[in-house]
Amino acid sequence: MTAPEDVTDRRDAAPGDDIARTSAPPAPPDAPATGRRIGSVEILAGLLVLLVVFRNPLAALVSAPRLQTWTTVFVSVLVQAVPFLVFGVVLSAVIAVFVPRSFWAKALPRHPALAVPAAGLAGVVLPGCECGSVPIAGSLIRRGVTPAAALAFLLSAPAINPIVLTATAVAFPGNPEMVVARGVASLIVAVAMGWLWLRLGKAEWIKLPARPHEDGSRLKAFVAACRHDVMHAGGFLVLGAAAAATINVVVPESWLQTLAGNEVLSIIALAVLAVLLSICSEADAFVAASLSQFSLTSRLVFLVVGPMVDLKLIAMQTGVFGRRFSVRFAPATFAAAILVGTGIGAVLL
Amino acid sequence: MNKQAQAVIMLLFGGAILKASLSDLYLRYVKEGLRPFLIGAGLLLVAAAVLTLWYDLRGKAQAHGEHHHEPKVGWLLLLPVLGLLLVAPPALGSDAAGQAGTVLTAPGTDSDYPALPAGDPVDLGLLDYASRAVFDDGRSLTGRNLRLTGFVTPGPDGAPMLARMVMSCCAADGRPIKVALSGEVPAAVPADTWIQVVGTWTGKTEQDPVNDAKVPYLQVKSWQEIAAPKQQYE
Repeated sequence: MTAPEDVTDRRDAAPGDDIARTSAPPAPPDAPATGRRIGSVEILAGLLVLLVVFRNPLAALVSAPRLQTWTTVFVSVLVQAVPFLVFGVVLSAVIAVFVPRSFWAKALPRHPALAVPAAGLAGVVLPGCECGSVPIAGSLIRRGVTPAAALAFLLSAPAINPIVLTATAVAFPGNPEMVVARGVASLIVAVAMGWLWLRLGKAEWIKLPARPHEDGSRLKAFVAACRHDVMHAGGFLVLGAAAAATINVVVPESWLQTLAGNEVLSIIALAVLAVLLSICSEADAFVAASLSQFSLTSRLVFLVVGPMVDLKLIAMQTGVFGRRFSVRFAPATFAAAILVGTGIGAVLL
Repeated sequence: MNKQAQAVIMLLFGGAILKASLSDLYLRYVKEGLRPFLIGAGLLLVAAAVLTLWYDLRGKAQAHGEHHHEPKVGWLLLLPVLGLLLVAPPALGSDAAGQAGTVLTAPGTDSDYPALPAGDPVDLGLLDYASRAVFDDGRSLTGRNLRLTGFVTPGPDGAPMLARMVMSCCAADGRPIKVALSGEVPAAVPADTWIQVVGTWTGKTEQDPVNDAKVPYLQVKSWQEIAAPKQQYE
């Protein structure tokens, strides 16, 4: 998929282009362009024709069992995430277009240190998984919410909402304390990361992608915000899903077996596994339940890390907040989640 | 990528999601309960694409031909479109089942297993059979003819086992439930063939080498090949 991008890129950057556009404003913009440059629509059309023509060889290419498993996992991670992505994108466009800035000033405590736990607790009401919360947090920052509070919301929303906690209770029928431990540990990590951002975070680490400015009706602005976020967050979601599918297929579960005996190693192993597998937060409890050879504390760490740091989230955060942000935020959150998860596990489980 | 190309990609993406969720294709990847949300999301994507096209074409007519640098990463959304419309990979099968340990986990409390419904043979899910066999010592299974449905997967020693994938959200969290077979074992049946097995409970168990969980045996009386069921996950 890189080749066609390069083509558009070079054509876009061609110096003649600008001159042509500025020197002939009265002419319909389509007429000169279609004559001499290949636009992305043409590339897209060509690609699609090629895909349809080479459909059978392509299908044969992925018929090896392992590759087929990869394709199934890749497609299913995406299909599963689409409703949450669309829901998150629509909600973030609503925040961007219809909710006035002044609302957030009134809704959250004025002092940032208090706004962080308030935003963390607000995550309870968003019944979704992590794919939706990334564009929402981006939109909140854009609308003037202090980044620390938006980040606390970003971390807590996928972990402590009622659907996820119910799923955890169903997956661990004999251990109701698991639900409490998960909720408490996740909320502590989210708030701690928010406060950490207040102390150490720098505003320039967050680079939100430029949203197109749309003049005209609110609906037009709303559609533009939706389109932009779907293409952006969705594209990074595809990257993350591909990575997660690869790990799912390449790493056999039997490797874990040898680590389960050692408590420290098993905590680290399950924390890393949570990052690599990128399972939706509504389902990870069932996977944790099936990792029965591991201790409850290490499985709690799996449940705390998963909704906050995983491959598809890192990809999406890089897309929405920028690379300088994600290289700092993801490792810090990972460490905090392991520490808090282990501590809460030692106390409650 | 300009807005029209983005609109077309969104249209394809939303269309692929709609096609998968309006047919039974989506059942290979996610739970049945997600269907209304998939349809809703697909419709929203299509609507956003149509509105984008409409605004863009109308904007062009008013000679607002400004050019935006739009996210190139959006091109990647063609991959799932390709996956859903052209490849449409099958539900997880024996390859995935061989990689992961059987999903059987101990019930939390001393849950009592209700008596099996009437019927000879009586249909039973693999997970149900395995937990009754392992955690209830087969009490509710003795003396009954049982019919189990699943696909054939080679066990650790190469002998055919009966398996089914258990899915809680999407195929990424799919884990196998395995039942070993003795008696009239369906030998020389290729992996991933769906079969229906009639047999009786036996006290024999073995350990799944992947996660040390117990795998119960079923004493097979007869078996037959069947077409893959609509809902392949348990």
